[in-house]
Amino acid sequence: MTSGAPPANVNSAGLTRDVYKGLPSTLCAGCGHNSITNHLIKALYEYGVEPHKLAKMSGIGCSSKTPAYFVERAHGFNGVHGRMPSLATGAKIANRELMVLGISGDGDTASIGLGQYCHMIRRNVDCTYIIEDNGCYGLTKGQFSATADRGSVLKKGQVNELETIDVCGLAIELGATFVARSFSGDGKQLIPLLQAAFSHRGTAVLDIISPCVTFNDHEGSTKSYAYVKEHHAILHTPDYIVGGREITVDYEPGTVTEVQFDDGSRILLRKLEVEYDPANRIGALTVLNQAREKGELVTGLLYVDTQARDLCEREKLPKKPLAQLAEDDLRISRDDWKSLMESFS
Amino acid sequence: MQINDLTIRAATVNGSGSQSANLVLANAIFRLGIPVAPKNVFPSNIEGLPTWFDVRVSPQGYQCRSSSIDMLIALNPATWHADVLDVKSGGAILYEETFAVTGATKRDDVTYYPVPFAKLAKENVADAALRKYLTNMIYVGALAQLLGISEEAIEAALRAQFRRKLKAVDTNMDAVRLGANYARENLPKNDPYALEAMAGNNDGLILMEGNSAAALGCVMAGCTVAAWYPITPSSSLCESFIAYCDRYRVDAETGERKVAVLQAEDELAAIGMVFGATWAGARAMTSTSGPGLSLMAEFAGLGYYAELPGVIFDVQRAGPSTGLPTRTMQGDVAFAYTLSHGDTKHIVLLPSTPIEAYEFASQAFDLADRFQTPVFVLSDLDLGMNLWMTKPLPYPEQGFDRGKVLSAKELEAAGSWGRYRDVDSDGIAYRTLPGTEHANAGFFTRGSGHDETARYSEDPNVYRNNLDRLSRKFDTARSAVPKPIAEETGNACGLIAYGTTHHAIVEAREQLREAGVETDYLRIRALPLTADVLAFIERHERVYVVEQNRDGQLYGILRTELPASAIEKMRSIRHYNGVPIDASAIFEPLLKSERTELVPA
Repeated sequence: MTSGAPPANVNSAGLTRDVYKGLPSTLCAGCGHNSITNHLIKALYEYGVEPHKLAKMSGIGCSSKTPAYFVERAHGFNGVHGRMPSLATGAKIANRELMVLGISGDGDTASIGLGQYCHMIRRNVDCTYIIEDNGCYGLTKGQFSATADRGSVLKKGQVNELETIDVCGLAIELGATFVARSFSGDGKQLIPLLQAAFSHRGTAVLDIISPCVTFNDHEGSTKSYAYVKEHHAILHTPDYIVGGREITVDYEPGTVTEVQFDDGSRILLRKLEVEYDPANRIGALTVLNQAREKGELVTGLLYVDTQARDLCEREKLPKKPLAQLAEDDLRISRDDWKSLMESFS
Repeated sequence: MQINDLTIRAATVNGSGSQSANLVLANAIFRLGIPVAPKNVFPSNIEGLPTWFDVRVSPQGYQCRSSSIDMLIALNPATWHADVLDVKSGGAILYEETFAVTGATKRDDVTYYPVPFAKLAKENVADAALRKYLTNMIYVGALAQLLGISEEAIEAALRAQFRRKLKAVDTNMDAVRLGANYARENLPKNDPYALEAMAGNNDGLILMEGNSAAALGCVMAGCTVAAWYPITPSSSLCESFIAYCDRYRVDAETGERKVAVLQAEDELAAIGMVFGATWAGARAMTSTSGPGLSLMAEFAGLGYYAELPGVIFDVQRAGPSTGLPTRTMQGDVAFAYTLSHGDTKHIVLLPSTPIEAYEFASQAFDLADRFQTPVFVLSDLDLGMNLWMTKPLPYPEQGFDRGKVLSAKELEAAGSWGRYRDVDSDGIAYRTLPGTEHANAGFFTRGSGHDETARYSEDPNVYRNNLDRLSRKFDTARSAVPKPIAEETGNACGLIAYGTTHHAIVEAREQLREAGVETDYLRIRALPLTADVLAFIERHERVYVVEQNRDGQLYGILRTELPASAIEKMRSIRHYNGVPIDASAIFEPLLKSERTELVPA
């Protein structure tokens, strides 16, 4: 089934796919991140994002360079290492009309930025947060990152003896409202998950395993193309349905779990071998732990809660963005000022 | 008799509720028209450690601390010995009568007023939980009786203090009367101090803390995002901002709030949220103190280089490291000025008074938007957390200056556009905000090397040109920041100071004048330095730079930035013990130096 691809060569925003492209990538040929960029271009185009409403945020690292490679005319912000969540939080509360899309890496998220990652999730900032996860530091030439699996081997033979940080398990633990894991090479799964993440109101975490062809794609690595191919355990096949659009494919009863988002769009999760309920937090954590034991890469929409309040809602922000309020909205009136000053004596 | 000219010190135990009593005392004296300067010297502690509260009273209205203690209220056995020795000869001591007056505490040059505070409280206050608090009101009453503060003034001060729980006024007044009656019946007046109402003298003045004033500056400047991590002595700035926003920024019907205040996980996140918000077009601030400023160094460099507005309040406390969290210092001036690695320079505003804390807070938002850069407002614990006599804060007569921001319409008219292009030759480029509906609006903000169109660049010329433009921008800022204030009558000797040091300068200049040394004075109110500073130094033979830190931080900045002819005229006077500077810390070294300088070799 195609999920709402427009008929002509323009999308619902009236724009061609070229508008969603960016500068040429300066990453290595074959890098998983480049595939993710291409999937993002497709997802954003199909979703019909208006470029002026898109805020592309990132930290530092190979992954964080990629916002330059898509939707060139949108505003982008390549901040400092591990601190993108705070910038994204500030941007969203200043202008709640922005669609905030954060791109981070495993070093940026799980090491230097772990604190900000955790607290962004706790605040449920309305944004899509993508981790382009290759288990190593690319730009500094191949050191382990904190998402490297225990026992994974570096190119020069060093073995990682430290336990991995599972950014998805951690996110669920912290009360994340949308957590998915996918693979850079699986556009069919990734694109609907991305679009569902865009529709989700709250922090949508997407951990995308994205092999580093230069430093972490060898025998002994658990983040290589070959390893992923052998150990990939897919939970379900997702389809994203734009709000208001009819479902045109018949599903067998009992084979599909449907999740509806605030904007009316839906994600349909077609069952594969096992039953999986993405509304079950404990179940999600169990599946992640079992996969870790077995050395499997489990992918799909792990957990979703569409009812939780996001940061702007909790802060009771007005519909009009704070950034657009003026003197009359914000200053104390002359009368109130006078009595306020009198109260100090 | 010594009328309206003394310093009263209350030495109590932290957490015993003495703060309210001390504020009532200060406020009651203020209501009599007599100038006051209250200074709270408190520990980094919730309960149990010693705390002191000085109320300085002077007909001249000096706002600085006085190191000369005339009347002591002694309720803390742990500090009793040292407190007694601090009282000046001829002074008086009102104390808990069970404290032993023996050995060194038995002085023959002071008057002792023993009061059975604990006993009185026990016999007269039924509620054991209230007893501790009301003991403090007993000393207020006793002191009022000894000094001649009217019951009406005390009651009015109590009403102001307990504005939101008026029921407490009667209970407290009972305790005040208890103390007054005891003093009337048992303590024959035997000291030279008296207070006499100065009717109308304080009319039109209010008492305000610098942190409240700064918070109001943020409200009136249209700050809509505040992100902070609690830290003494800056917490009350953000907490005041929250309180004012709760009162004035909430829609009564819908409950909608025209502000977002986020308590961040640390100062890194706090300043990150500020820059995210200003990038998206809001006015945003954070408030912190030294340790938080250290954490903000990384983002401060991004703000400077990527050219993001943002207002950072640093209410300075004594460092280094954790230092003395509840004591004051002007210790972050040099650090804030160049905060972050590489060639980074920041606009720093240096308020001296609550009015400046308010006005500079507002102005900081305009400067941050105008120059697209972080602006640091450096006050200190003394200004931020103590009460100051001030005129009411003026209502702003001008709108916000949002600086060079291009709308979709202007982009259309402009044709080509480059985020970091110096179109006006003032170093300030034009920016656009996310959400601007135009195909050319977007650009890529980054802390890495970038060219005029914000694209990544490692080109040596592009990099250098950009750094030079930032310098040009900084030079443009020189003429926009608050100018120094000079008081000059053509003397050979000049003083330079900033921030709260000003208040001790005022008194020290009087003392120097009486000793035959006439001085001129320049109060610096911002960095970068304006041309006025060099001109002032050139007009004088000797210039003393007075500040509250060990290393003479502003003195160092002046030495770096001014020519050798100016450097050789400068001397440095430094005060750094954690308590606010007093006049003697300036008068004594300066007089000594001047007498040496003036003796022919």
